[in-house]
Amino acid sequence: MDLRFAVQLGVIGFIFFMLINMSALLVLAERKIMGFMQQRYGPYLVGPHGMLQPFADILKLLFKEELRPKGADKWLFTLAPILSVTAAFAAFATVPVGGETTFFGLLDDPIKLGVADLNVGVLVVFAITSMGVYGIVLAGWSSNSKYSLMGGLRASAQMISYELSYATSIAAVIMLAGSLSIREIVDSQAGYWWSFIPRWYLFLQPVGFIIYAIAGVAETNRAPFDFPEAEQELVAGYNTEYSSVRFAMFPQAEYINMVTMAGVATTLYLGGWHGPFPLPAGFDWLWFVAKAGFILFVYIWMRWTVPRYRYDQLMAFGWKWLFPASVINLIVTAALLLYLNG
Amino acid sequence: MAETVIFYLLAGLAVVASALVIGQRNPMYSVLLLIASFGALAGLYIQLDAPFVAVAQIIIYAGAIMVLFLFVVMLLNAPKEDGAEWDQAHPLRRPGVARFGALLAGLLVIQLAWALMRIAELEAPVGSQPDGAAVSSVRELGKVLFQRHAFAFEATSILILVAMVGAVVLARKEGTDL
Repeated sequence: MDLRFAVQLGVIGFIFFMLINMSALLVLAERKIMGFMQQRYGPYLVGPHGMLQPFADILKLLFKEELRPKGADKWLFTLAPILSVTAAFAAFATVPVGGETTFFGLLDDPIKLGVADLNVGVLVVFAITSMGVYGIVLAGWSSNSKYSLMGGLRASAQMISYELSYATSIAAVIMLAGSLSIREIVDSQAGYWWSFIPRWYLFLQPVGFIIYAIAGVAETNRAPFDFPEAEQELVAGYNTEYSSVRFAMFPQAEYINMVTMAGVATTLYLGGWHGPFPLPAGFDWLWFVAKAGFILFVYIWMRWTVPRYRYDQLMAFGWKWLFPASVINLIVTAALLLYLNG
Repeated sequence: MAETVIFYLLAGLAVVASALVIGQRNPMYSVLLLIASFGALAGLYIQLDAPFVAVAQIIIYAGAIMVLFLFVVMLLNAPKEDGAEWDQAHPLRRPGVARFGALLAGLLVIQLAWALMRIAELEAPVGSQPDGAAVSSVRELGKVLFQRHAFAFEATSILILVAMVGAVVLARKEGTDL
């Protein structure tokens, strides 16, 4: 096994490890930020300032009894959480986290920071996230419970509705970059306008970015669009009947999906690892981490400040406002591109 | 060698899953097996050096359309089919209909055999260029689709639009506005 292959494997393993950690980190961040917004401390007892709280949470879930309702479908009930979590991890595979690096002279040729670089990378992320909905739908159906079934139904209806605007807003960025590879899209955002404004697609596609952000929140089932698990109406929605580790897989999938969504937003709209000022060679991935971290913070911020919509409002908003807006955005972008380049 | 093994694995999965789709009593399992079959087909497209077609297959068929199927199965809460309760007087059980079906199946077998016999006549795999480079890039695909096959493409779009409008008109209750 040569050095290059070993380093590449190490990078992939590290990204996988950090993704697992991100779900624990986000649970802690969520509870701490929620505490801050509600003028209290949040978790404070486990470790310094409650920093080890996620370990306590996971240990608690591990030692819980695993229950399966009598009327549940044995196979699908087990398959559903596995499907959710697998799709969540796999979707991050084509998101590049940094430029090329030689690891400070360790390698002769630089390698790309990221799991895989495909020439249809954007579509692969999209395809795999659309597989994730099956986990939720199957969990809802196989539990043989009314609340779970309602949660699963809502999840499928919501995802079909918002996937359209989500894909259409991304299509405008793909047109601007002229490529489906995420790495090439990021590289086309390098450099500056008038030598101080970074050439991010955020400035060319402000409407598209807003549509992407809204549809992304709906796709990951986060508040204010968390209808599949609306507590006041559905107990806990699709995961009502789950317990122990099987239950833990659903929030984990949700948090990893959030990370993927933030990573894709960073690479498509915020220039990925290209920042307002360059960092020393080999540290450009810090820009990616900082931008994705900020988007994740906004996610959590939104959850604790915006109340949940009503279900019919969600559908009407998705079909009557968001989708037409994304189509108009796409047409205007195409027309301007033709006019300016043709 | 490895490619051949993967091909037979994927092809076998596609065939077995498709056969089981018909064999299942529970419509929920049928839908899931159909998704597995689509996934195996996507794998075959990747082997044919067409990653774009593979991803489109997953997004459109395995992703969007099958979620809709699942939605309908869940919403109707279709019961498990029972073989013993199969309606003997069903119109599809009449001898004339059964013979017509057998005829169609026979035709399909003959067609398949004919196609398999002609494999040797093909000089190169469909879609590959004379210099050996496969048409796999999205740019090439777009050019072919919107230049050489522009008419067929637009005609298909109109057909889909008509079907969509028709579905809305049929589903709409009398006296309600859209």
